[in-house]
Amino acid sequence: MTLTLPPRTPMASRSLVQRFRWVVSDTWNVASRDLIHWVRQPVRIFSSVMYPVVSILIFGYVFGNAVMVASGGWNYREFLMPGLFGQSVVLGVGVTLVAIAEDTHRGVNSRFRSMPMSSTGFLAGRSAADLLNSTLDIAVLMVCGLAVGWEWRLGFGNVLAAFGLLLLLRFAMIWLGIFLGLVIKPENTSVVWTILLPLTMFSDTFVSPQTMPHWMGVISEWNPLSATVGAIRGLFGNPGWGGDSWVAQHSLLMAVVWPLAITAVFWPLAVRRYRSLS
Amino acid sequence: MADAILAEGLVKRYGAVVALDGLDLAVPEGTIMGLLGPNGAGKTTAVRVLTTLLEFDGGNASVAGLDVVKGARELRRKIGLSGQYAAVDENLTGFENLDMVGRLYHLGKQPSRDRARELLERFDLVEAADRPVKGYSGGMRRRLDLAAALVAKPVVLFLDEPTTGLDPRSRLGMWDVIEELVAGGTTVLLTTQYLEEADRLADKIAVIDHGRVIAEGTSDQLKAQVGGERLELTVASARDVALTKAALAPLAIADISVDERGNHVIVPVSGGADVLVEAVRLLDGEAIKVLDVGLRRPTLDDVFLTLTGRAAEEDLTDGESGA
Amino acid sequence: MNGFVEALADGAVVAKRNLIKVKRVPDLIVFSTLSPIMFVLLFAYVFGSAIEIPGINYREFLMAGIFAQTVLFGATITGTGLAEDMQKGIIDRFRSLPIARSAVLIGRTTSDLVNNVIVIVVMSVTGLIVGWRIHSSFLEALAGFGLLLLFAYAVSWGMAVVGLAVRSPEVVNNASFIVIFPLTFIANTFVGTTNLPGPLKAFAEWNPISAVTQAARELFGNTSPQFPPPDVWPLKHSVVASVVWSVVILALFVPLAIRQYRKAVAR
Repeated sequence: MTLTLPPRTPMASRSLVQRFRWVVSDTWNVASRDLIHWVRQPVRIFSSVMYPVVSILIFGYVFGNAVMVASGGWNYREFLMPGLFGQSVVLGVGVTLVAIAEDTHRGVNSRFRSMPMSSTGFLAGRSAADLLNSTLDIAVLMVCGLAVGWEWRLGFGNVLAAFGLLLLLRFAMIWLGIFLGLVIKPENTSVVWTILLPLTMFSDTFVSPQTMPHWMGVISEWNPLSATVGAIRGLFGNPGWGGDSWVAQHSLLMAVVWPLAITAVFWPLAVRRYRSLS
Repeated sequence: MADAILAEGLVKRYGAVVALDGLDLAVPEGTIMGLLGPNGAGKTTAVRVLTTLLEFDGGNASVAGLDVVKGARELRRKIGLSGQYAAVDENLTGFENLDMVGRLYHLGKQPSRDRARELLERFDLVEAADRPVKGYSGGMRRRLDLAAALVAKPVVLFLDEPTTGLDPRSRLGMWDVIEELVAGGTTVLLTTQYLEEADRLADKIAVIDHGRVIAEGTSDQLKAQVGGERLELTVASARDVALTKAALAPLAIADISVDERGNHVIVPVSGGADVLVEAVRLLDGEAIKVLDVGLRRPTLDDVFLTLTGRAAEEDLTDGESGA
Repeated sequence: MNGFVEALADGAVVAKRNLIKVKRVPDLIVFSTLSPIMFVLLFAYVFGSAIEIPGINYREFLMAGIFAQTVLFGATITGTGLAEDMQKGIIDRFRSLPIARSAVLIGRTTSDLVNNVIVIVVMSVTGLIVGWRIHSSFLEALAGFGLLLLFAYAVSWGMAVVGLAVRSPEVVNNASFIVIFPLTFIANTFVGTTNLPGPLKAFAEWNPISAVTQAARELFGNTSPQFPPPDVWPLKHSVVASVVWSVVILALFVPLAIRQYRKAVAR
């Protein structure tokens, strides 16, 4: 990798354009570092290929044959795949969190912070890398889905829109992940998965909230993940669970509102936390 | 005096990498042997073999009169090991760490406790005794680690870079403790990258590189081996350099070397302080303006550089993999 | 024989050391019980409502499976714990002490067993709250828990081999999650195996975790006459099969782990 370093002028005298270019180049440098990590660690590649295969196996086949979703008559895997897309996006919190916690632990963040780069650049680089990772993860999942009988029925424009919604949620999860990664003790990161995984299931990803006890059904319907999954089921033309509550009827709206709200809360929190790291 | 540690022709290979290549070592009872060498020279491998941790491919070794392979079990009762990193349990208190080691040496319940308290006192850790090690400083951890190595009053003690990463004050404290131990009759094998440490502590030093001993002797013997004393002079001008060279030629026992840019002259000599006086007189007679003059003996750094052909602290970041 | 007793005594000292860690770092036990509680709730309510097992409340059917899954995850701590000790040079110290080669491993596996007992107690209470009941005698129930713990203990020795070989706690943790997590699902832990497609069905039926789950179900009295186990030997004779699996795993991995420990050298 060759780095060309432009001559840098002091903070105060920088024009807006220069400042912007600075942010962009910092973003790119941090992002490419993360992507190099990803490529150099075979375990990560292995697990990102394993994940969809194992998920489809477990939920599509082991559970799929036992689970009854409200309106029957169609293939459970068509209902399932959008749920898995959404789940992988939310599990991304863990990916971001672990990477951030590791960097903090090893002092990498302190180094970045000691350099004349914008904190926005660092955090944006992190998100760019994560978004790219997630795009690949979803693409792999989609290919696996197509292989087991899932398909989109409403045109390619809708597929892109669904992709956009997923990445929007992932974007929100990045800021949540960065914040948590800066807060959590590094030795506790290993348990993140076992807590995160059930959280993704208290939603409409795998079964209809209507079959759950009422209180849990309500929680599941309001789970931000449910909104995105419900919305993309609609966009793909895959069967939904046919909820008639307000939040179930307005999943497309909520799939935009939730990620924006989460980002609005955790972006400033993450940036502030990053700046005040000791 | 019998040898407490005796190694003959030790060979250890890791695949194609030869970590020990016929290492010979003899350490008389009650002395400190310093094992000096660059990273990757085989110091740690040697310690692991001698402490029964590592099986080796050739040669033989005995410690405290016991073969390290056949007598391994018995031998472990007689040795103490303090490794490169402080191998103490973070979540246990200082006392619990030492007590556990005592129990595993089968000292018995009460004697283990007594010994733990005694060592905590000796290593100035009484106040921290009942706090988890997590909160200890680097120096405290090292002291605790050394204390753990001493629980069973070993006759032979292996210290693998005992002061790496310690601040100067902690290092001095560690040295005092080690010297005290040897005064009590313990034999110590010490590996180090710090030449100063070997110079101060070791009765004898073995310089190893590429898995074998390339020089051995007391600190003075090693220094003599790489060369004797020399006069180092700095004069005022380039003209004076030539004059100095001519004036001091009678004193030189080998070629005089000159550094033109610094107006620096180095004259190999023998005879100690008298030569210095003589040199000053000669230069005075020629009216040469001398800015600085000194008689220098080689340091262990010189020994090290001459013998191993590289600086001791070079590639520190490479770690000791395979060493 | 004397040596064996000594190894056990030394093992107890090492186990005590590991358990002090559990006491000092309570986060560990909180996290290791939090996730099984979540799983109980998840399957009891989320999937439980959508899955029907004829003749029995799904929550009763479920618990044995979750027990099996959880103690198995508990067993992976053996691997991460040893890898961590290896990384910090503590194994080197132990190995320079005059103790049996097996003592450290006995200590480690024993403390992880104790850990598993604690987790099982917490889960049993959670299970009872969501409606799980034991319908057998006290002794049978005890045997059920014993069998779960025996199997987990055997797996601990397998994880010891992995931990000593891999040396990085993070890698052991991730790798075991990737491998063990699917293993616990492609079994009869959460659903019946009857409707699974061919290869998955065969795998699930011969999965040792299925045998252990079935055995625990039978010993807790959580089976349904309308939902008999498939007609394969390990599920028809699940108690015997579980014991056999455990013994085979122990016979294989105890010597391997000791051998690995003997050669284990920190980097």
